[in-house]
Amino acid sequence: MPEPVTAFTSRVVPLPAENVDTDQIIPARFLKTTDKAGLAEGLFYNWRYGPDGTPRPDFVLNRPEMQGRAILLAGANFGPGSSREHAPWALLSWGIRAVISTGFADIFRANALKNGLLPIVVSSERHAALFGRVAADPDVELTVDLAAQTVRVGDADTFAFEIDPFARRMLLEGTDEIGYVLARLPAIEAWEAAHPARVNTLG
Amino acid sequence: MPETTRPRTLVEKIWEEHVVLQEEGAPAILAIDLHLVHEVTSPQAFTGLRARGLPVRHPERTVATADHSIPTLPLGRGLPIVDTQAAFQVSELERNCRDFGIPLHGMGSETRGIVHVIGPELGLSQPGMTIVCGDSHTATHGALGALAFGIGTSEVEMVLATQCLLQRRPKTYEVRVDGRLAPGVSAKDIILALIARIGVGGGTGHVFEYTGEAIRALGMEQRMTICNMSIEGGARAGLIAPDETTFEYLHGRRHAPRGAAWDAAVARWRTLPSDPGAAYDRSITLDASALEPMVTYGTNPGMGIPITGRIPAPEDAPDEARRRALERALAYMDLRPGEPIAGRQVDVVFLGSCTNSRIGDLREAAALLRGRHVAPGTRLLVVPGSQQVKAQAEREGLDEVFRAAGGEWRESGCSMCIAMNGDQLEPGQYAISTSNRNFEGRQGTGGRTFLASPLTAAASAIAGVVADPRPLVDRTAVQVGGR
Ligand code: SF4
Repeated sequence: MPEPVTAFTSRVVPLPAENVDTDQIIPARFLKTTDKAGLAEGLFYNWRYGPDGTPRPDFVLNRPEMQGRAILLAGANFGPGSSREHAPWALLSWGIRAVISTGFADIFRANALKNGLLPIVVSSERHAALFGRVAADPDVELTVDLAAQTVRVGDADTFAFEIDPFARRMLLEGTDEIGYVLARLPAIEAWEAAHPARVNTLG
Repeated sequence: MPETTRPRTLVEKIWEEHVVLQEEGAPAILAIDLHLVHEVTSPQAFTGLRARGLPVRHPERTVATADHSIPTLPLGRGLPIVDTQAAFQVSELERNCRDFGIPLHGMGSETRGIVHVIGPELGLSQPGMTIVCGDSHTATHGALGALAFGIGTSEVEMVLATQCLLQRRPKTYEVRVDGRLAPGVSAKDIILALIARIGVGGGTGHVFEYTGEAIRALGMEQRMTICNMSIEGGARAGLIAPDETTFEYLHGRRHAPRGAAWDAAVARWRTLPSDPGAAYDRSITLDASALEPMVTYGTNPGMGIPITGRIPAPEDAPDEARRRALERALAYMDLRPGEPIAGRQVDVVFLGSCTNSRIGDLREAAALLRGRHVAPGTRLLVVPGSQQVKAQAEREGLDEVFRAAGGEWRESGCSMCIAMNGDQLEPGQYAISTSNRNFEGRQGTGGRTFLASPLTAAASAIAGVVADPRPLVDRTAVQVGGR
């Protein structure tokens, strides 16, 4: 059963690159696992570590002050490419709970929401302002409140964000989507009775 | 189902037929006709199913294969898969299929192959269906007129448990391709040109429907190449209305309907194409006759140019973020603004992947390679899309053409498209690849990828550098590329 998502406050990890694809978030060689756990080490692996496995000190996640931060402020169109759900699993297991960008690839957004990782879409102006604020004040704290659909920046400025209302309800209640659909089994049975199977893979 | 005379698009027709339930404020519960499963994105879903104590609702609408992490060197003589993690993943898939009654085209099977190659090949993917797979290139099956899209592992679990998904109705995006392709220019060039035009996020939230004269003129395999890369343009699905080409392709395939059922199916499929006057949320038009062979120079599939083009300059980028992205890409690729892309050295030529590993792709490449040789120092790796494609190619002697040219001929699989199985670039190497992704490290850590068509890849293998295939095509006595 998923845990209900609650409000939280964190400093920000800035990663301005655009179109950060899921191959960068978690390279394919980490997909040979049959688990969801233990993917934090693979997060942004090729950006975090050199060819010999030593950490690249200039990459943002390797900076000591970034440890424990739960909000990733990313460039435009975050998460295109492979459908691997290992991408949100890796972000979550490193400790990220929300990603802020001007947009997300469709499959990444769906995968993130299924796991309680919040994809927060902001306008280009807000996006630029947030990067500016974080550059000026790297330790500024953001409070993400899914129930109120707001992000508070520092002590004063608060902005609202849009999110799929159904996903929001599921996350706040900690409702399991498979349970939700199975509770509507009679509708599925009725549809199936009216629509003969198109193919028999066993045939 | 709503009774309506409003003109509807192909996508709307398939969507509306498959809506099981639409509650106020909630996404639709959408019925799924066919669920394709592979070893990499399914294990955690089966674990979830076991934890819930649930069966697979419709194992007979589900089919599995092993393609991503498996070796492409022959496994014969009972040799195990050497990579222990990959071996475990494959054995888990076998166990899951056995326990849940799912048919598996697994190791040793003559019908194994890349999941998006075998679905159409076996006649499983059909017009009007909803098809999903834990894989973003599921859009490939849209070539048959199906609404086919990639899903994550949580959704794989959902489909296993319920044969349904929770989905919001997608927006529609018409991609009309007018005109005719010139010789030496092929389907891959159309899709690379589209993505270069709209960018990798251009289709986000939409489903592409490819229409127009140039699309109609394409064979099924070429249509698959186009639909396959819809996701590289940001669209989760891309499809093409079924027509005589589609029916001819499907007829007689293992899982296609037969006899009276075939006639009934064709009659139903003929009602699918978008009605005249149906409205799309967005649209774009390309002129096929103006296209040249395309090649990518950067680290996302939107960074593509005609093969006669030059590497763009970061200063010309429309904004700061894109300037930085281009600078970063050129640094990774070690390319300089203004230099021509043709003539760049290539170390490896990869002919394979769910984009371009079907028999027609291999025939086109072989037509250029026959009687010629790969340049010294260049490696050519040919990985057929399925064991059936491999067998067909061997019947036609294509394997001999590739070997005689100095290429390696492998068992089917994803191979160097994703580099999970040991087939990979060395750091710093350049590949010209018929696959779909040129992301940093996609084909091996530190490896650099130029995406192109099978014809361009074959011409480049011979030249040892990125090469325009058109001069060779002109000198080759068979018809390849546009028709
Ligand atoms: S060939 Fe490449 S893109 Fe296609 S399914 Fe395999 S890994 Fe994915």
